[in-house]
Amino acid sequence: MRELKPDAFIAVAMSGGVDSSTVAAMLKRDGFRLAGMTMQLWNQRRLPELMPESPTGRCCSLDDVYDARAVAGMFGIPYYVVNFEKAFEESVVKPFIDEYLAGRTPIPCTLCNNHVKFDRFLEMAEGVGADYIATGHYARVGYNDASGRWELRRGVDQGKDQTYFLWGLLQQQLARTLFPLGEMRKPDVRLLAEELGVPTASKHDSQEICFVPNGDYAAFIEAYFAEQGREFAVPRGEVVDEAGHALAAHAGVHHFTVGQRKGLGFAAGEPLYVIGTNAATQQVVVGRGEQLQRASLRAAHVNWVSIAAIHDERPAQVKIRNRHAAADASLRPTADPSIVEVVFAQPQRAVTPGQAAVFYDGDVVLGGGWIE
Amino acid sequence: MTYYFDHNATTPLSAAVLTCVSRVLRECYGNPSSIHSAGQAARQEVELARGHVACLLNAHPSEIVFTSGGTESDNLAVLGAVRLGGAAGKHVVTTAIEHPAVLGACAQVVREGAEVTYLEVGGAGVVNPDAVQRALRPSTMLISVMHANNETGAIQPVAHISEIARTAGVLFHSDGVQAVGRLAANVQALGVDLYSLSAHKLNAPKGAGALFVRKGVKLQALQFGGRHERERRAGTENVPGIAALGCTADQLQQHRAVESQRLAGLRDRLESSILRRVPGVRTNSAGAQRLANTSSLQFDGIQGEALVIALDLAGFAVSSGAACSSGAVEPSHVLLAMGLTRTEARASIRFSLGQGNDEIQVDALADAVVASVARLRKLSPVYEHA
Repeated sequence: MRELKPDAFIAVAMSGGVDSSTVAAMLKRDGFRLAGMTMQLWNQRRLPELMPESPTGRCCSLDDVYDARAVAGMFGIPYYVVNFEKAFEESVVKPFIDEYLAGRTPIPCTLCNNHVKFDRFLEMAEGVGADYIATGHYARVGYNDASGRWELRRGVDQGKDQTYFLWGLLQQQLARTLFPLGEMRKPDVRLLAEELGVPTASKHDSQEICFVPNGDYAAFIEAYFAEQGREFAVPRGEVVDEAGHALAAHAGVHHFTVGQRKGLGFAAGEPLYVIGTNAATQQVVVGRGEQLQRASLRAAHVNWVSIAAIHDERPAQVKIRNRHAAADASLRPTADPSIVEVVFAQPQRAVTPGQAAVFYDGDVVLGGGWIE
Repeated sequence: MTYYFDHNATTPLSAAVLTCVSRVLRECYGNPSSIHSAGQAARQEVELARGHVACLLNAHPSEIVFTSGGTESDNLAVLGAVRLGGAAGKHVVTTAIEHPAVLGACAQVVREGAEVTYLEVGGAGVVNPDAVQRALRPSTMLISVMHANNETGAIQPVAHISEIARTAGVLFHSDGVQAVGRLAANVQALGVDLYSLSAHKLNAPKGAGALFVRKGVKLQALQFGGRHERERRAGTENVPGIAALGCTADQLQQHRAVESQRLAGLRDRLESSILRRVPGVRTNSAGAQRLANTSSLQFDGIQGEALVIALDLAGFAVSSGAACSSGAVEPSHVLLAMGLTRTEARASIRFSLGQGNDEIQVDALADAVVASVARLRKLSPVYEHA
C-alpha cells in the first residue's frame, strides 16, 4: 500500500465480510483515524415473494450490518450505516433491468462501483472529513511518476483479482482510494484476520448480484415491475436457428444470455447455445458451439484508467467476463474516441453484449468499455 | 469528549436519579407483591414513585399505571381502549405525525377490524382541531394526538382537542413522552383521559414509563399474568426503574419551569448563531409553538445523514430522521407529513437540548455546524454556490 501521512483519516467500507473487516483491523493496527461505514443499498424487505427464507444472509441484510457493527465495536472504530438505496436503485437496479430487457447481460457490480461505491460513498467520506476511502477489493492502486497518472493493477492474488469490475474508476477516485488487500493472497488475509482477532467463521463470499436472490434475475425483473405497479408486458418470442427457423417459443429475451445452453425450451440432437438475442424482434438465435466464436468486438463508453487515450493501435490482453483468462488482442482506436475495436489473436467464445471488455497490459488495467 | 444534543432520543441519568437507582438496586430487591418486610420496602418505593408521578401530572396516584416505557404506554392506551368489547367497527382519529408506537398500534387495530383516520398537519406541523372535529363519526371512540412532536418540537392543541373529545363523548389519549418535563403536563388542564410518558427522556433509565388512566376509563390489558397495577399491567414491577421515574418526577416538579427557560435561551442562542452564519437554513415548524429544547433545521443542499456523521466525528451527538432496523437513516415521516420533500426531509437535522448543555457547548456546536456544512456544501453536486 502507498505511503500515507500518519494522521490520515480513512473511511472504511465495511460489508460485514472477512475482507473488509480485516482492512479495518489492519488500518486500526497501523494507527490511522478511521470511520467504518456500511452502505445500505437495497431494502431486503422489498419483493418478499422472491425470498422463501428470511431476509438474511445476503447483501445489505441485517446480519451483515450486525457483523460489521460488531467488528467496528471490537476495534473501537466509529461506525455508521449510510443509506444509498435511492442512488443504488436509480443507477444500478434500473439500468440492470433495462439492459436485460434490451437483450444484453449487464454487470451491476461495475455500475455500483462507478456510481455508488466510488462516487456517492467517496463523496460522503470526504464530506465527513475523510482523506481516503478503503475497501476490501483485491486490486492495487499506485501513482506512476512517468505517466503522471494513477495506475490500477490486478491484485496479487490472481484468483481473487477484482479489477474486472473496477475499470470505470476515474483518476480523482483512484487518488483517494486504498485497496489494502491488493498485495495479499486470500489465505494470508485469513491468517492476518485471525492474528488480529477478526471473526472469520462461516462467512460466505459475496455473490455476484447481491440484490437478486438465488441469481434468478428474470423473476427479480418481473417482481420489480409488479412492485412498481407497472404492467410487465410479458414478451413472447421465438427461439430460432441461424437460418431463422423457429425451434420453440420463449417468454422474453431477458431469460437468455449469450453462451447459455440450458433452458432453451426444446431438446436438440446436438448441444445448442444462445449466440445472440434481439430485443426488437424478441428473437433468440441459437447455434452450435463453434458459432459462439468471435474474432473481434466493439467496446463503447471506454474509460482509460492507467493510460491516456490511445491514438494508435496497440497490443493488450482483454478480458470479456470476470472468469475469462485475458486473451491477446489488438486495441484499435475508432473515429469516436469513446469506442475501441478489439481484435483478438484467437477468436473468443461467447462475447456477450452488456458485459465489459477490460484491457490489460500484464497486471496494469489500461481501461475498459461496455461490449456492444 | 462528546457534547450531547440528542435529548429527544434519550437522556443521560441525572445525579439524583443515579443515587436513587443505586440505592434501590442495592437495598430494595424485594418483590413488591411479597408480604414480608423486604417486599414491603420495594412496595414503598413503587408507591412513593406513583405519588411523585401523579403529583407531576396533577392526577390521583390510582390513575398511574407503570409500564416498560413510552411504547408500551401508547400501545396500552390505543389497543387497550379499542380492544375492550372488540375492535370491529370502531373508529379512531389520530395524526400522521404520531410516534411509531401510536401508529403501529393503530395499524394493529385496523387489522382487528377497526378504522383509523390519520389527520394531515399543516406546514408548521400542528394538527388543526377543526380537522379533528370533522373526522368524528358516530363510531369514533378514541382520539390520539401527541402533546408535542419529537422531531420538530411542535406543540399540539391538546386542550382544545380534549374539549372536542369531551363534547363528543370520545376517549382522548395524548402521547406526552416528549412533552413531560418540558411543558406543564397537567392532565386536568389538558383534559386528557389517557396520557403516556417515558422515564428515559427525563434523565432516568430505559425500561420504565407510565400511563395516566383517568378514573373510570376501562382498558383491556395487553399482558396476562398476575394482578399487578390494578390488573392493568401484569408483571413484577421494575422497581429501580419506577423509583427512578418517581425521583425524576419529583425533581421536575421542583426545577422544570426554570430549566425550560434556561433551555429556551440556549436553543435560541444556537438557532440564531447558525441562522446568522449559514445561508440557506430554515427552521422546521417555525410557525408553531415549540418545545423549548428542540430545534429542527433544514440545510439546503446537505444530506442530514452526512452532517450527523461529521458532527459525531467532531464530538457532537445530534440526529436526523428515523433510524431503520439496520441503522440507516430514512427521511422523517413527520417532516414528510408536513409537506417537506424527501430531499428537504433528508436535509434536516434535529438538535435537542437538555440538562448537561451550556453556552460553551452550544457555541462549540454552532461552530462545528458552520464548518461541517461549509465542507459538505463544497462537495455537494446539488447545492448552488452563492
